[in-house]
Amino acid sequence: MSAFLAVIARDLRLAARLGGDVLTLVLFFVMVGAVVPFAIGPDGPVLARLAPAIVWIAAFLAMLLGLDRLFRADADDGALLVFRHAALPLGAIVAAKLVAHWLLTALPLLVASPLLALLLGMDGTAWGRTVLALVAGTPALSAFGTVGAAATVSLKRGGLLAPVLILPLALPVLIFGVGVTAAPPGSSAALLFLCALSLVAVAFCPFAAALALRLSED
Amino acid sequence: MTADLPAPERPTPRTNWFARLAHPGTFMAWSRPVVLPLAVLTALAMAAGLWFAFFASPADYQMGETVRIMYVHVPNAWLSQLVYGVMAVAALGSLVWRHPLADVAARAAAPLGAAFTALALYTGALWGRPTWGTFWEWDGRMTSTLVLLFIYLGIIALWRAFDDQGRAARIVAVVTLVGALDIPVIRFSVDWWNTLHQPASVLVEGGPRMPSAILTPLLVMVGAFTLLYATLQIVAMRTEILTRRAEALSRQAAQGAR
Repeated sequence: MSAFLAVIARDLRLAARLGGDVLTLVLFFVMVGAVVPFAIGPDGPVLARLAPAIVWIAAFLAMLLGLDRLFRADADDGALLVFRHAALPLGAIVAAKLVAHWLLTALPLLVASPLLALLLGMDGTAWGRTVLALVAGTPALSAFGTVGAAATVSLKRGGLLAPVLILPLALPVLIFGVGVTAAPPGSSAALLFLCALSLVAVAFCPFAAALALRLSED
Repeated sequence: MTADLPAPERPTPRTNWFARLAHPGTFMAWSRPVVLPLAVLTALAMAAGLWFAFFASPADYQMGETVRIMYVHVPNAWLSQLVYGVMAVAALGSLVWRHPLADVAARAAAPLGAAFTALALYTGALWGRPTWGTFWEWDGRMTSTLVLLFIYLGIIALWRAFDDQGRAARIVAVVTLVGALDIPVIRFSVDWWNTLHQPASVLVEGGPRMPSAILTPLLVMVGAFTLLYATLQIVAMRTEILTRRAEALSRQAAQGAR
């Protein structure tokens, strides 16, 4: 367990000392959301109605486009090789990286979401439901992301390949995530599906990603 | 120090019929005489199916003559899913047994599956225009077929990104298997999403209640297209094996020249 926490702490410390990446991601998230009104016009009611979908698309893109960084630095500096021979199984290390990735990408987006809610004219309840859906759904996005990042880590030009590979697979997350905000009050089916998807993805994907990592080295 | 240890017992390689058939060299030998008869059989089945479809089956009382698009559309849609199944089985072969022929089969199947899926979408659009009045509808089955096409294209892109084909095969196999588990979830979520947005589906659910005059040509065409796929799969695998041999030879030649 302490090794598991150490891997998480290492990633958080690296992100804190290097800086910049988290802020860029948040900036990207807010900018994608802020660009939509330019495309569809400054129509308040329309924007407010589309706002949960816009927030979800911005979060979806922000999380998928940053996938490449998940294992890239570790592959470049040789940490991945150390991980492969660590006492901790590779699947557990990927799970730790998954937790760190969620803390470094999804959590900042959640913190920044009120700003986007304000810009798009969302009311309090719509924002609350969107945040709830993001909390429930983003772990699945991170989990699918580990598979895409692990499959493309040995490629020099893997940058856009992981998002292209993972986007169709992660589509259910988007569907149920937007479904949470669109559902009539009292209906929790979408939220439950989203939670189930996240739980299964988080439980299963680290093993697949660890397998892909192991295969891409030898 | 190692001299006094008993020699490790080597398991005698089991040569069952499948292992013998699946050896790349043996595959090249037995598949060569198979291709031509299979192609002839495909042509015959296709001709019979088309004759049934155009002359021996009635026009639909609602859709008129356009119902005949179904005889091309349904086999493609069926193959779009069958080919993914073949890829998933090949992926298991690549990961569990590290079998080179499974790698070759998966690599050959991906573009074929993408082509059949694209054809299913294309013929569906052609059929949708006169019957529903629109080329594209965000209907559950159409949407999940489109997502399936994206998955095929992503897998092809992954294949092409690797230089080392052996490594590519095993990594693509992992992604293929994750996709195989995920596709039912995608299908379910798309259906759920669709009923949320538009409760009345445009697709007329009448599959099993078809009269035999329509069912017979449909089944013949499904058989013909499946034969076509089998032929193309074997030819594509042979091409892939030959390509790899040619690459290995040119590598050897380059090393010899140095």
